[in-house]
Amino acid sequence: MLGLEKKDFRLLLVVIGLTLFAPIILNPFPAGSEMAQFNAGYPDLMQRFVIFGIFAIGFNILFGLTGYLSFGHAAFLGVGSYSAVWMFKLLSMNVLPAIILSVIIAGLFSLLIGFISLRRSGIYFSILTLAFAQMSFALAYSVLTPITGGETGLQLALDDPRILGASQTASGNIPVPSLFGLEMRASYEMAVGAWSFTFNAGYYLAAVILVLAFYLAIRIFRSPFGMMLRAIKSNQTRMSYTGLNARPYTLAAFVISGMYAGLAGGLMASMDPLAGAERMQWTASGEVVLMTILGGAGTLIGPVLGAGMIKYFENIFSKINSQVLHDWFGFLPDGLEDFVVTLIYPFVGKGWHLTLGIVFMLVVIFLPGGLVQGGQKIAAAMRRRKKTDDANPGATKPAE
Amino acid sequence: MGILEVKGINKRFGGLQALGDVNLSVEENTVHAIIGPNGAGKSTLLNVLVGKLIPDSGSVMFDGQSVLGRKPHEINQMGISRVFQTPEIFTDLTVFENVMIPCFAKRDGAFRMHAIESITSEKGIRAQAEEMLADVNMLEKRDMLTSSLSRGDKRRLEMAMCLVQDPKLLLLDEPTAGMARADTENTINLLKEIRTKRGITMAIIEHDMNVVFSLAERITVLAQGTPLVEDIPENIKGHPKVREAYLGEAQV
Amino acid sequence: MDQFILQILNGLDKGSAYALIALGLTLIFGTLGVVNFAHGALFMLGAFCAVTVSKLLTLSHKVVDDTRTDFLGNPMQVDVPYLHDWFGPAMGDKLIDWAVPLSILFAIPVMICIGFIMERGLIKHFYKRPHADQILVTFGLAIVIQEVIKYYYGANPIPTPAPSAFKGSFDFGVLIGFDVNAIIYPYWRLVYFFFSLVVIGAVFAFLQFTTFGMVVRAGMADRETVGLLGIDIDKRFTIMFGIAAAVAGLAGVMYVPINPPNYHMGMDFLVLSFVVVVVGGMGSLPGAVAAGFLLGILESFASTSWAVSNLPGINQVIIYLVAIIILLTRPRGLMGRKGVMEE
Repeated sequence: MLGLEKKDFRLLLVVIGLTLFAPIILNPFPAGSEMAQFNAGYPDLMQRFVIFGIFAIGFNILFGLTGYLSFGHAAFLGVGSYSAVWMFKLLSMNVLPAIILSVIIAGLFSLLIGFISLRRSGIYFSILTLAFAQMSFALAYSVLTPITGGETGLQLALDDPRILGASQTASGNIPVPSLFGLEMRASYEMAVGAWSFTFNAGYYLAAVILVLAFYLAIRIFRSPFGMMLRAIKSNQTRMSYTGLNARPYTLAAFVISGMYAGLAGGLMASMDPLAGAERMQWTASGEVVLMTILGGAGTLIGPVLGAGMIKYFENIFSKINSQVLHDWFGFLPDGLEDFVVTLIYPFVGKGWHLTLGIVFMLVVIFLPGGLVQGGQKIAAAMRRRKKTDDANPGATKPAE
Repeated sequence: MGILEVKGINKRFGGLQALGDVNLSVEENTVHAIIGPNGAGKSTLLNVLVGKLIPDSGSVMFDGQSVLGRKPHEINQMGISRVFQTPEIFTDLTVFENVMIPCFAKRDGAFRMHAIESITSEKGIRAQAEEMLADVNMLEKRDMLTSSLSRGDKRRLEMAMCLVQDPKLLLLDEPTAGMARADTENTINLLKEIRTKRGITMAIIEHDMNVVFSLAERITVLAQGTPLVEDIPENIKGHPKVREAYLGEAQV
Repeated sequence: MDQFILQILNGLDKGSAYALIALGLTLIFGTLGVVNFAHGALFMLGAFCAVTVSKLLTLSHKVVDDTRTDFLGNPMQVDVPYLHDWFGPAMGDKLIDWAVPLSILFAIPVMICIGFIMERGLIKHFYKRPHADQILVTFGLAIVIQEVIKYYYGANPIPTPAPSAFKGSFDFGVLIGFDVNAIIYPYWRLVYFFFSLVVIGAVFAFLQFTTFGMVVRAGMADRETVGLLGIDIDKRFTIMFGIAAAVAGLAGVMYVPINPPNYHMGMDFLVLSFVVVVVGGMGSLPGAVAAGFLLGILESFASTSWAVSNLPGINQVIIYLVAIIILLTRPRGLMGRKGVMEE
């Protein structure tokens, strides 16, 4: 199907299903109930889920396949955002040209940085990308203020030209981003009993793009090009003695992942038309590293899950305060309740970064394939147990 | 005129003359062994041939073209494949993928952006790789990760990866170094088989005289960076200069 | 001329911090072959050692002071540090005043212990893993350490002053024959510079003149050979890690009066320290120190109003720019050795 193996096609269907029904799946608690604050199905957060998913998918094409660890990918995301906002300022509020431009500009920018950084490998490559990203951040923050808006960031204004659109709406406001008239902020609320679900135009645009980006990533993973990238990670000596030039392959992977980052940046600006330098800081690059590795570098679905997980932690998990904990453990005897709450408290709520750091370390140490690999291991163990229960124990050995 | 013509190669490392005026001619369709005691410059010579080192002077012509100043992947594209002392294979990939990669390199050159095509649809390449694997009796291991292969299998796989490109010249760098007796015999047989079946020109750098004399059709003896003698194996065995060079080494 | 000297002096304190952190990074990298992204966190931990000590020294209990009354007319309660009870008010105040330098005594054993635990508990298992894994796991560790500190000390910077004897500035220009007020320099920055020289000197002397140091240097040059000699290199590497941690920690302790510490100060310094290590040459100790001071001074020159008005933003990017140029033209850095990390 669509040039995919059965297994990959099934994975694509799962992703389509998840993104399509995300507004429902992520809102399991009835509106107005005490647990409603843990609903993640609101447009702003769902948009972030898919946008960072795209970012991580792209990063995974570079790191997961070639093993080149870039600590500067946020720079491309930032560049994408700036390009998109400029498009909104100069051309029109249509998101399509803005997103296309952000991909192109990020591609060119990553071509430049990749061309220089890829002259070195290993730790040197990581530090070069880090240095470039920090430099871009510093420039965006200070010198390039006319282009980037400096500290305040790049914002829309009432007197922007917008040659294909209007500078202002009839009521004198700044127009909002739209896709041929469909406003990104437009939402349709649906109430089912006590539950309410929000279907947002911007989210669905981003979701469609995520599905396309995911599909493209599967194709790349299963292509001869993808195999060459894995070969680079595995053994560069053999690579060159097999008559293959690793440089253009890694550069192509770098630019592709840079374009994915630009796409994510463009989408981000389309949902909320402003761009700031802090999006380019190296800690932002570190975040996409965390997402990709947490979910599973080199796996297809891992980075998307990782991105979702971190954004969920950041926005929902962080809401668990001591009051909520006391409510949850209220059934315990008082002393024990306090004890349990004190024990858990540092790891939840504002301390979610701590949990993230610990989980991340555990993944790097024990699960190089990320949570996806963990899931597979558990599934394999379950199957094995079932098999040994069913069949003569030891008669069959499951394949690796 | 041989397929590989090395003329007047010099290479110094600081004060050490690693190669001094080396001339070598490998005839097409022969197995040419380069032997010599430790430190004779065998590895340096090999590294010059594959583009890893650039000599101070001299010329290396392969198939009528100079190889000097070219990168290893360019030299491979000219038709020289290399087998390493310890097999260099793609350890995180499957056996089958390992053999497919050189097929792609042969067909598409040093770089091609085939990012959308599926590997599954590359029927020609797959058939070619399968045939090669069958040839080295590894077809049943095609889906194994190469990191789990035995040492002997790794060697065969590397050989297969070189052969599938149908090279004009196969360079072998001590293919039996550190091997047990049985493995060495196996490798010799594998190489003999390749030789009779495919008629590939080979240049072997080797320490083990047993290997050399069971395979080589011509032998060059290198000592202190200079070729001492070049002749057929029968004449090398009793050559006084060779004995002298190997004095103290037990193999001869 | 006076401006020139002033800029050099201004670069010294940051340069000292860079040099100390880079020295530790290089020690770890050169001996253990590990890229430690948590090294900035060690610097930060050192700074918080100073914060902890100064908090401990001011632990107080309430005493009713009959001579004074509060605004309601009741006898006033005042906080009296326990140190006053034990050593008398004069000596107690002196100890509190000298909290930062005193923290050194506390920080050395603490940091060495932390270093040991880190190496034995985590780093050891990553010697044979790819460098990317080392970077990732230490990056994760840095996040964890940072968050723990944030949990206990809060997110805001904690001002911790230098001893009053070193507060304020002095006229350095007069000392070397310039006009009055030409070169004004804070005392503590000079202290920091000399302190870093002492620490650097101690590390080099240790490596140069002890058998332990000799083995470590040999290990840095050629790990396998030293291993073959049957020397238990692992134990020494653990100790080296402890020393590197202590060096980073000391750099942090003494930096506290210059910049109030917060939980993410380590990350801020880390990026620059890596740049310093790369510029100096991976695995070269003198290179790390030289590059640290060099880049610190360079940064200070780039921040002058003259430089900024001619090349806007140069102060922000100079270090990265230098690093990129060096990496591309001299991949081994200023003093790097061949064959380090070139696979």
